[in-house]
Amino acid sequence: MTLRVVRGGAPAAEAPATAPDGARAYVELAGVAKTYRRDGRQTHALERVDLAIRAGEFLAIVGPSGCGKSTLLRLVAGLHLPTSGETRVAGRIVDRPQTDLGIVFQSPVLLDWRTALANVLVQVELRGLDPRAYRERALNLLAQVGLKDFADRYPHELSGGMRQRVAIARALIHDAPLLLMDEPFGALDAQTREEMRLDLEALWLATRKTVLFITHSIDEAVLLADRVVVMSPRPGRIERIIDVGLPRPRGLPARRAPEFVQAAELITGIFLARGVLHGAGGETTQDQNP
Amino acid sequence: MALASRRGRAFVAWLGHRGGALTIFVLLFVAWEAAVHVFGIKEYLLPPPSKVWSEFWRRHEIVMSGAWVTTQEILAGYALAVVVSIPLALAVAYSRFMENAVYPVIVFLQIVPKIAIAPLFIIWFGFGFTPKLLLVFLLSFFPIVVSSIAGFKSADRDVMDFARTTGAGSLTMFFKIRLPQALPHIFTGLKVGAALAATAAVVAEFVASDRGLGYLLLQYNGQLDTPMVFATIVVLSLIGLVVYYAVEVVERIAIPWHVSQQATAKDATL
Ligand SMILES: Nc1ncnc2c1ncn2[C@@H]1O[C@H](COP(=O)(O)OP(=O)(O)O)[C@@H](O)[C@H]1O
Ligand SMILES: [Mg+2]
Repeated sequence: MTLRVVRGGAPAAEAPATAPDGARAYVELAGVAKTYRRDGRQTHALERVDLAIRAGEFLAIVGPSGCGKSTLLRLVAGLHLPTSGETRVAGRIVDRPQTDLGIVFQSPVLLDWRTALANVLVQVELRGLDPRAYRERALNLLAQVGLKDFADRYPHELSGGMRQRVAIARALIHDAPLLLMDEPFGALDAQTREEMRLDLEALWLATRKTVLFITHSIDEAVLLADRVVVMSPRPGRIERIIDVGLPRPRGLPARRAPEFVQAAELITGIFLARGVLHGAGGETTQDQNP
Repeated sequence: MALASRRGRAFVAWLGHRGGALTIFVLLFVAWEAAVHVFGIKEYLLPPPSKVWSEFWRRHEIVMSGAWVTTQEILAGYALAVVVSIPLALAVAYSRFMENAVYPVIVFLQIVPKIAIAPLFIIWFGFGFTPKLLLVFLLSFFPIVVSSIAGFKSADRDVMDFARTTGAGSLTMFFKIRLPQALPHIFTGLKVGAALAATAAVVAEFVASDRGLGYLLLQYNGQLDTPMVFATIVVLSLIGLVVYYAVEVVERIAIPWHVSQQATAKDATL
């Protein structure tokens, strides 16, 4: 039995300081809630989330649009502060933007006036480090993400997938232990997504960083993650946490593995029950993004 | 020889690029010249291009000294606008107080037809250089300040969030991200401002002056010296063109990435 289902949203009292199997938790959210207030209107984006991400774990979050996935990621990064509850990274309370991490958004947000190489190096420049010392490493990273011959190209000369690869290299250049990815493949076509997924897994296997990966593709979550957190529609809560027992590396055939099918169907079932997915049978994924 | 043929090819390429516009201009002048002769149109209504040229050549010294006066007004007023508007835009973009206090005023004043203020400037500052400079300043100022504010505020939220995760100070962020990101907007404003500067100088001279191209234009007009009216308009247009093009050259040097990005976008849509 490789597929385990763990109930999420444990009561605050037993908010896990360690992940369920006793491994050291690198990221912890304890009773975290977030309410946005704007012009007197309130949006309850997240409602009492308890979650522990183990060091070196690849954790994916799936959930419908607007369920607070990005909010959760921003809370971990310290870009937003929780309305209640507490976020910890490496044991320290998150009360300001965190710097010991790499971040990738849905759009590559590259700087138009910099080449691919310079876009990777801006990460260290902004940190006040000498970019010359990182040049070799940046070129290696670009080669690793398949952009060996594109180091001197400007963003407008690159395809969408290539730009996102630059953004990934930029998130890795300073070798931070935590990688946050907010729907990084969301704007890419299906084939590019598949390639990016395989390359990301290879990168992760080589570095074993702690990864928080947000997506609304069930396939992507199951194929990439050690555990998949399934979120309910707004206000976001953790609906279920699913262990994915697929062996790695998970190449293209992983889609036919029974573990994959089982996990994907389980998540689809949850979404159907919650009214997130409509439509009768047959569909096991919601890979088509808007 | 090799050089000559390379130049020749470059010229042919340029012709291919600009040839269409050039051909239309030439045809227009030919048709104009022909029409005047064929239909016997009176010279004070529409002089043929040849007559405009010969009259200009005969009296080019007067026109050129007028052009020099107007050019000075344009350059001084425009420079003042640049020097005042960009720091002001910075202040409005980065200070909440300035944004609340000054930005609404700018938006309101922008709606006032600036040219209508020209007579007031004459009352306040007399007939000399100052009122012209101020009108040029006033017309160039608003497009530059408004687009610079937009530029400084244009930073994408995700870019800024990425920057915050690097722990960079606000000065570093400004020079590495916000300023370069603002430059394309600023240059848009600078070009609009440059295009308005010549108009402003001439209008100011129309209102009251004893020199400059606007003054000459009114003189020639009063004398029904239509060939010279045309000649003056052409010189004025050339000044505007040179100022505008100078800004564009600076833009190419300052933000080559943006210029080539636009070129790529254009190619893609063709
Ligand atoms: N800065 C903000 N101010 C106000 N409301 C916000 C803000 N960011 C997100 N929200 C709202 O919070 C909810 C969750 O948003 P988000 O975390 O972006 O969801 P997701 O990433 O899952 O699509 C949405 O209803 C969204 O409109
Ligand atoms: Mg989101």
